[in-house]
Amino acid sequence: MKSDPKGVLTGVHYLDGDYACGEGAMAAGCRFVAGYPITPSTEVVERISRRFPVMGGTFIQMEDELASMAAVAGAAWTGTKSMTVTSGPGFSLMMENIGLAAMMETPCVVVNVQRGGPSTGLPTMVGQADMMQARWGSHGDYRIIALSPQSPQEAFDLTIDAFNLAESYRVPVMFMMDECVGHMTEKVVIPPAEEIDIVPRTLSSAAPGEYLPYKVNGRPVPEMVRAGDGYRFHTTGLTHDERGYPVMSAECQQLNVQRIVDKIDRHTDDIVRFDEEAMDGAEVVVVAYGITARVARMGIELARRQGVKVGFLRPVVVWPFPERRIRELAGQVKAFVVPEINLGQMVLEVERIAAGKVPAVHVPHAGGGVHDPEAISKAIVEAAR
Amino acid sequence: MSAVTAPPRMDEHPIAPYLRMDRMPHIWCPTCGIGTVVKCFATALEEADVDLDKIAICSGIGCTGRVAGYMKLDAFHTTHGRAIPFATGLKLGRPELDVVVFSGDGDLAGIGGNHFIHAARRNMDLLVILVNNFIYGMTGGQNAPTTPITAKSSTMPFGNFERPFNLPHLAASCGATFVSRWTCLHIRRLTKCMRMALRHKGFRFIEVIAPCATLYARLNRLGGGLELMRFYHDNAVIKHGADTREVDIGYQDTIVCGNFVDEERPTFLEAMHDHYEKVLGDRYVPMPPEGGWIHE
Repeated sequence: MKSDPKGVLTGVHYLDGDYACGEGAMAAGCRFVAGYPITPSTEVVERISRRFPVMGGTFIQMEDELASMAAVAGAAWTGTKSMTVTSGPGFSLMMENIGLAAMMETPCVVVNVQRGGPSTGLPTMVGQADMMQARWGSHGDYRIIALSPQSPQEAFDLTIDAFNLAESYRVPVMFMMDECVGHMTEKVVIPPAEEIDIVPRTLSSAAPGEYLPYKVNGRPVPEMVRAGDGYRFHTTGLTHDERGYPVMSAECQQLNVQRIVDKIDRHTDDIVRFDEEAMDGAEVVVVAYGITARVARMGIELARRQGVKVGFLRPVVVWPFPERRIRELAGQVKAFVVPEINLGQMVLEVERIAAGKVPAVHVPHAGGGVHDPEAISKAIVEAAR
Repeated sequence: MSAVTAPPRMDEHPIAPYLRMDRMPHIWCPTCGIGTVVKCFATALEEADVDLDKIAICSGIGCTGRVAGYMKLDAFHTTHGRAIPFATGLKLGRPELDVVVFSGDGDLAGIGGNHFIHAARRNMDLLVILVNNFIYGMTGGQNAPTTPITAKSSTMPFGNFERPFNLPHLAASCGATFVSRWTCLHIRRLTKCMRMALRHKGFRFIEVIAPCATLYARLNRLGGGLELMRFYHDNAVIKHGADTREVDIGYQDTIVCGNFVDEERPTFLEAMHDHYEKVLGDRYVPMPPEGGWIHE
């Protein structure tokens, strides 16, 4: 279906990534946001809190990020599309209820405008060091989907995709921006509402007495109902059966947890998205995401001037990672070069998939700034030797 | 308005239509007070003649945290301490819902204390029923933020020396517009109080003192559940409208019960609507009662 024009600010704008993300959420149909102020993400909720009252949405500033994430999960169960926004320290606090949302299979979006960490770290300066936390941060086995925009335009476009993926797979989706993209101002084109595709909530048509909240009828995920529609259903963060009733057994754990993992793992090819260029005959492939993808282009250009054939792969969906493609490339190239603003996170994924066939060379940056393109080109030239 | 699915049969418990009977037997110990509170709540639902399809119930973790799971309503068994913010999301996501939070003292006043005070401050439209058994029951009798001074718990084996919360005073001072306390012995009064609270708007807080014979009474050699009920009988004093500063509970001391606060103040949603109508006029678009841009 198409978007609701009330939430779509059609036109050509000059926006920063945070504002564009907020506009993307509203265009995607988001009508409930709970948040707690934290640099460098606050502009997202500032934008939304100004726009929601004139378009039928409710924003609430909660007492902390634990509460924000809990409120978002609650609102999602009413059928209202919901989102929260934060940065590293708040992301840590949200992990508890991200796990709840994963276990209850609650569609929602969590925006993390990444700054330098750990702890309070560099509140106003860039980092990309929450990538593994996005994937593994809550306890237990579960899966999420994560996206990483490289520009304000993508902050708009991919926020819509994040909501659509959340609905398609009934999963919390992590929107992994970084401070540079969040605070960078560029042209953002917002299309008319009728050009924006929205994945609506799949509501069950079962009769109230027959509805089973976690029964999968040949679909990737079970159908949802909304609180207040007469189903009188039950859901819990405990291991549960198809009725949503707690069952404390190894057998039920296997069925429950395996299914919430499989619903993503078995649809990886449908979810994965990446850009690539110049792969034909490439000796070295650079893998980069977010702001670092843009910096890496300069590094690639410098390496090409020195005669190295460099390919470029940019994961747009970062979790699940483009495993199949990286595996193919591992049989064709001499090395991967992975610059990122952390001391080694997604490089571990490239290294795991390359499985010793070729090296995955990390170009680290501890945060607070972006890479010097020459550091990237140097790594590329050395990897090509 | 829809009634319960079927009238009670002669051979089943009168509140069976309000419960998930397919989940019985429940996990609570013999003489635990939580079942009594559930019975009072179900009776109050029946007497208040509310639309059960529009009630959502939310619990956290712990013995009382299991209540949501046994009520035949839209029910959410959430994370430890987070029932109130989860319920806040339910209320704001679909404002026509009546949202009830049913949980324990450790859950709501311990790990969830910050959410409790802020929901009260906002006068968020929630009915919060807190069953206080003075101890962490589910995990084996550890000290709670409600454990009376000198009472023993498994983590204060020599007796508690931390000052406990006076929960009605905490709720009232933070802005709750309906505040009461009863014990499990006060079945009719508690039921009536719940019925009143179901009709009240805003943040409504009912503390129910309940016996935990398995842990609290055993660790403190207070006898069984029956002895605790006798204690309530002999030591509970009803003082409606009491100054909440004076309703602290000491160890084996007087339990002041009653409806302490019952006042009208705009709820979070009422205040929001009034304010936006004032400052934005016709430009204000409130979220519809059934939720924000629902597309089926």
